[in-house]
Formats: sequence, C-alpha cells, structure tokens
Amino acid sequence: MSTTTDPGTEGGFRLSQLIYDTRYRSTTFQVIAVAVLAYCLYQLYGNARQNFADADLNISWLFLWEPAGYDINQRPIEYNSQSTHLRASIVGAINTIIVAVLACISATVIGVFAGVARLSNNWIVSKMMSAYVEAFRNVPVLIWILIIFLAMSNAFPQPRAFRGETPDAEMLWGMFAFTNRGVYVPSFVNDGAMATIFWLVILASIVGVFAYRRYAKKLLYDTGRLLPTGWPSLAILIVPGLLAYFILGQPVGLENPELKGFNFQGGVHLRLSLIALWFALAIYTGAFIAENVRAGIQAISKGQTEAAASLGLRPGRIMNLVVLPQALRVIIPPLISQYLNITKNSSLAIAVGYMDITGTLGGITLNQTGRAIECVLLLMLFYLCVSLLISFFMNIYNNAMKLKER
Amino acid sequence: MSDNTNNDVSYVRTEFLEPSEPPMAVGGPVKWIKDNLFSSWFNSILTVIALYFIIRIAVGVYPWFANSVWGTDGLAACREILDGATGACFSILQERWNQMLFGFYPSEEYWRPIVGLILLAVAAAPVLFWTLPRQLLYFTGIYPFLAYWLVYGGSIWFPILLLVALCLSYLAYARFVKSSFVGAIAVFIIAFSVLMLNPLGGLLSLVSFVATQLSQLLGGGDVTVDLIIGDRRLSDLMPLFGYLQGWLDGSFLGLALPEVTTRDVGGFMLNMILGTICVSLSIPLGIVLALGRQSNLPVIKGFCVIFIEFIRGVPLITLLFVANVMLAYFFPAESNPDLILRVIIMITMFSAAYIAEVIRGGLAALPRGQYEAGDSLGLDYPQSMRLIILPQALKISIPGIVNVAVGLFKDTTLVSVISMFDLVGIIRGPILGSTQWTGIYWEVFGFAALLFFVVCYGISQYSQWLERQLATDHR
Repeated sequence: MSTTTDPGTEGGFRLSQLIYDTRYRSTTFQVIAVAVLAYCLYQLYGNARQNFADADLNISWLFLWEPAGYDINQRPIEYNSQSTHLRASIVGAINTIIVAVLACISATVIGVFAGVARLSNNWIVSKMMSAYVEAFRNVPVLIWILIIFLAMSNAFPQPRAFRGETPDAEMLWGMFAFTNRGVYVPSFVNDGAMATIFWLVILASIVGVFAYRRYAKKLLYDTGRLLPTGWPSLAILIVPGLLAYFILGQPVGLENPELKGFNFQGGVHLRLSLIALWFALAIYTGAFIAENVRAGIQAISKGQTEAAASLGLRPGRIMNLVVLPQALRVIIPPLISQYLNITKNSSLAIAVGYMDITGTLGGITLNQTGRAIECVLLLMLFYLCVSLLISFFMNIYNNAMKLKER
Repeated sequence: MSDNTNNDVSYVRTEFLEPSEPPMAVGGPVKWIKDNLFSSWFNSILTVIALYFIIRIAVGVYPWFANSVWGTDGLAACREILDGATGACFSILQERWNQMLFGFYPSEEYWRPIVGLILLAVAAAPVLFWTLPRQLLYFTGIYPFLAYWLVYGGSIWFPILLLVALCLSYLAYARFVKSSFVGAIAVFIIAFSVLMLNPLGGLLSLVSFVATQLSQLLGGGDVTVDLIIGDRRLSDLMPLFGYLQGWLDGSFLGLALPEVTTRDVGGFMLNMILGTICVSLSIPLGIVLALGRQSNLPVIKGFCVIFIEFIRGVPLITLLFVANVMLAYFFPAESNPDLILRVIIMITMFSAAYIAEVIRGGLAALPRGQYEAGDSLGLDYPQSMRLIILPQALKISIPGIVNVAVGLFKDTTLVSVISMFDLVGIIRGPILGSTQWTGIYWEVFGFAALLFFVVCYGISQYSQWLERQLATDHR
C-alpha cells in the first residue's frame, strides 16, 4: 500500500508529510497520543502531589508490618490480633480463595445439572429450570447474598435450643448442627503415622482409578478390546481404603460437634457468612453456567447425534463420546469468565462480614491506618494476579481441549 | 355418476359425518401428559420429584401470602395480628414505599423524578424502536440536560448553557468533518474547552512549570509565562461559561427549581440514574477502546490493552473504593467533586472495558473483505469505520452490549457498600436499622428483587426481540 501513496522524496521533507505521508503518519499520531497521555498523567500527578502536601499525607508501606490489632473469626493460618497487617491480608487472601474455590466447584455442578435439565424433554423439569435461570440471572447477586444470609440467621435455631431433655432442635444424624451462629460438621481425627498411611492409600487409589481408565482406553484404541470401567473403578476406589482402614486399626475417626456450655465444641465450624456467600455465589453463577452449557450442547448439530446413532452407539455413549467432547469446546471459554466472575464477586463478602481480603485489607486495615491509596492498590494487585492466574491455567486447559486442526 | 346421489338409495349417506375425536390415548391432554411428563420411567421419576418440590414450595409460600398483613406501623403490630401464624408483613412496603423508590428525596418534590422517568421513556423510545419518527431523537439529545435539572434542581441556565456550548462545538465540528475527521474532532474539543474551561491558561501554567524546573536546574529562579490582558492574567481568567451563567442567574432566576443535594437522591431512582448514565456514557468510550485495541499503532494499542485488562481483572468494589477514598486526590484541590460524580466515572470506566471487549468481538467477526472494501473505495480510516465497519460490527454486538448493560444495572447495587443509599443501601441502612422494622427481611428484599427482575427481564426480552429484527442473514 505504501508504494502507491509514496509521494516521492525529491522535494525534500515537508512538514505536511507528517500527516499525509503514510510512512510518518502513524508515528505522528503516536507521538501526539503519548504527549496527550503524558499531559493528563502530569495533571493527575500534580493534583495528587498538591493534595498530598495540603493534607500532609505520604505514601508508605511500613504500616504492613505494624500489629493489626483486630481479630479475624475464620483463620486458616495462625493469626491473632498482635499479628501484622500483612498477615491479616494474607489470611483474608486465603479466605477469598477458599470461598472462590468452593463456589466454583458447586456452581459448575449446579450449572451443568440445570443446563442439561433445561434441555430435558420433560416439560415440568425444563420449565422449572428456566424459572430458576431467569430468576437468578435477573436479580443482583448482592440481594441474593443478603437474603440467604438473613434467612439462615433467622431460620436456624440458637445453640441453646439443642439443650435439655426435650430440645427444640435436633442435630441431623447426630453429626450436623445448624445454628444461627453457623453450621457445625464433623471433622476427621487423625491418629499418628497410621493415619498418614491411610490417607496415602486413599490418594493412591484415586490415582489408580485414573491410571486404570487410561489403560482401558489405550487397550481399546490399540487392540479394540473393551474393558469394563464402571465397577472396577468403584472397586479400586473403595476396596484398598477399606482394607487399609481395618488393617491399620481404624486410625481415622470422625469427631462430632457437641454442645458444651453456650456453644458447640469440636468438629468444623462453618460460619453463616461463609455459607451464605458460597451458596449465593454458587447458585447465582450456576444460572449463568447453565445457559452456557445449554448453548454449548445446542451448538452441536443434530447430524452429529444422528451419525453416532447410525454407527450403532447407545444414547449414553453418544453423549459421552460424541456430543460432550464437542460441546466442551464451546462451553469452556465462557466457563473461564464465570470462574473469574466468582472470584471477583467474592469481594461482596464485605456485605455479610466474611473476612476475605476485601474485608481485612480493604476494610478494617484501610480504616484503621488511613492508608487508603496503598490498601486499594494492593487489593487491586491481588485480584489482578488471581484473575491472570486463573485465565492462564484455564487457557492451558482450553488449548488442550481445543479442536486440533491440521 | 350423479345418479348415485339420488335420495332413494337409502344406504348411501348424503352428507359427511363430523370427524370423531381421536381416542384419548393418541391426542389431547392425555397424550400431551404422556409425551411430556411420563415418556419413560426415568422421566416419570423426574416429574414426581419436580411436582413434590413445587407442591412443597407452594404449601410453604401460600399461607405467607394469604395471611399477609397490611397497614400496621411496625413489625411488632404485624406479629400481634398474625398471632404466631406464618404471614408476610407487607405494611413495610406501604410505609417505606417512597423511601425505597426515592431515598431521602424531599416528598413535595416527588413529581420531578416521576416526570423525569416518563420523559425517559419518551427519550429512549426512538433509540430502542427505530420505526418511530426520527425527529424524536432531538428530544433524546435534550433529555440528559432536562433530566439533570429535574432531578437535582438548581438553575436551569447551567444545563442550558452546557447544551448550547455542545451545540456550538458540534456546529464547528460539522463544518470541518467533510475535510478531516480528526481535525474536526480537534476543533470540537478546542471549541468546547474554550467555551467551558480555560485550556490556554492551563497550558501556560504547564509551560511555566517546565520553564521553572529547567531554570532551577540551571541555577535560576522561578519563571512565569503568562499573557496579560488588561489588568488580568490569562491563567486566572474565568471562562466565558461562568460569566454567562452568573449573568443569567442574576437576571432571570424565575426558572430555578429547589436544589436537592446528591446525598438525598437515593432508592431505586439512584440505581436507575447510575444505570442509564453509565451505560450511555460507556458505549462511546467502549467503541473508542475497542478500535484502539484493534489499531496497528503499538502505543495506542498497548494503552487500550492495559486499560481493558486491568479494569476487567479487578472487582467493581475495588473500583468503588477508588472512587470513595482515592479519586478525590487526583482532582484539583478546589474542585472537590461529588461522590456520585466519582462513582459515575469509575462505573463508566468499568463497563466501558467490558463493552469494548464485546465490540472487539463484533469487529473480529466481520470478514476481512469489508475492511478491504473500505480501502478499495478510497475511504480513509475514520470514514471506513463510520460508514462500513462500525454499523455492521455494532449490529453483531448488540446482544452482548445488552448483556453488559443488564449486568451493570445489577451491579449498581454495589454502591451500597460505600454507604450510598441506593435501593439495597436504603434497605440495609434506614429500614432494617429502624426500631419498628428490625427483623424483617423477606418482604423488603423480595420487593427489591422483584423490581430488579422486572427491569432486567424486560431488557433481555427487548434484546431477544431486537436480535430477531436485526437478523438480516438468511438461515
């Protein structure tokens, strides 16, 4: 293109060439853009410098190493009120990741179920799922979080309702206690080295299931022999664990929560704020994932199903071997952005008092130290890193699943 | 042949029988139920489970509605009337209806936002339905200024002068757009800033600053570069706009509405205001960002990519924190921008980044031939974008843009986190915090959910209708 508009250089360089000559024009525009940008940034910087000088403020990161002085009720790592603000932020970051992972997994399960059910030829089921999807997609997630949180804290009984000869409330199977302070579930009690061996056996049998399935697939592709996968997988998963459990002398037990004094002791305490956030994010994002799944399945043309049927595959095989692998390619990219949305929406924890990083670093630390700019910048940096990490790993997965065109 | 129809052949019918109904098993409701609900044993189980859930929900919810109480002045009175039975206490909707819709807006001025809402429908109609007369678009152009005056009150001269300044700048732009689009944009910006601001003065102070730095580097003193007109320095000169407004306000005050402070504008109205303003501002910004990201100028492309990816990588809450605690530092010390202005800036940037990605998808979906067709016709970049590429790309992007708009409208509830009194903020603050209503939640949050559902569902239905209208390809 540049050869046709080349004006010839025998007249020497003229100033108008900066705009009309395609060789220089892009440079001119970029220089102008940089100049305008620099001017704007200079103005912003000047304003900020002036305002900081007026308010006697400065930028300093030393507050991160000062004692935080506040408590966090959900502590995945060691923390007390004398720990530093930095440690409080790390606790918050871990809490963010906990709720995000829980919500991602449950939202995927709910979404896939609802998406497939919406395509069911059962009229009542598909209508129910449409109602679910529309109701949750069209109402802000903040309202759902608050409704679920308030409903649970009002509907669940107080811990003291579990006391007495004829208590008002009873524990579910003697293991789960739903109270307005949270849900108490049993925890594992490990008994020394034997317990470690037991968990290793469990881990090994999970790996074994995958190895067996891989072997069966290879055998099928190489020799055409079809091994059964359903029952052997189940056996590999359960039998070694059971054997190890009894041979090692029952090294792992369950500790049930028990009412002691005014509160439950033992077991794992899941706070209502965590459950409300988890549940609301899962069910809200599940509605979006359901739409993605439905769109993905509908994107596979009917000819594929018919071709598979004409090859003599059974309906289950058609779904597993023909439709789903192709639908996954359509589903995964929007699924990535839904996972990113969950992570970002988990910052709404601040509305129900769940101490994620927005609650610690962006909430109490910010208010106590008054270091607004530093805290907000760190907060953004954290979310930016998490978002980039998620999209990085999911893109690797996406590339592995993508149609390999030759 | 006609002999056969003779009446005396008694065993041949002379008239047709009415066709009889098909047997129950192959038609009608029974067949429908059999096909759609009980086609296999698995489906039958699903139907039974689904029916069980529906009945459970209906049995739970029905008494709540049936026993609902209206017209009490507190939750305690409701509970007294209900006497232990399940029932909703809808009196709260009666009592706090105005607060949930208008926030702390002065009650004698409620007609203003209502008129604003009705006019919004008139202003939005020609944009949404293009079969309406195009002349209505003039009203759409005037509407933002009118709505600002209606909702926030104050002197009418401020929005009118702003509108006049914009129109004058547009005339200047239209004068030059034939010869060069970029030049015309520059003319527009210069005309507008001469009318509104004092850009020459700002430029002079920048020159003074650089000159001072240089001279201090060389060991000299401060340098001031300025123009002196009469007895005034140009860098202090008030803009034309301010003079005019001051004069008009002094001369004709008759048209001023009572001012409403921005803290008092709240409730669902605030969600609507934030939603409409931010969506309409972010579409042009999103187009610019999308074009910038597609550009082959590395500096511009790099800036757009960093901006878009940064905004998309952080939650809206952190951007609202920026608006709340950080953004004010970047404004001139004396300007002290209002919180709602800062929030609008941040939400607009947020949704612009998402809209830019949607439009980028639309741009990428166009076949290369369209770009090349523009080039081969001899159009320059702005012309081929305005006349060929964008009309098609935007058409493809409409469903995505509407999705972003719905998401943004829902996200306006997040401003309650930085203690603004939008619908959720009003419910969480003044309503649940008041002594007579503490402990109530289903009724108010259900009402809020219903309001959002109606608006968002309406928008998405419109988008689906639009998609069908715009489908010009043959399927």
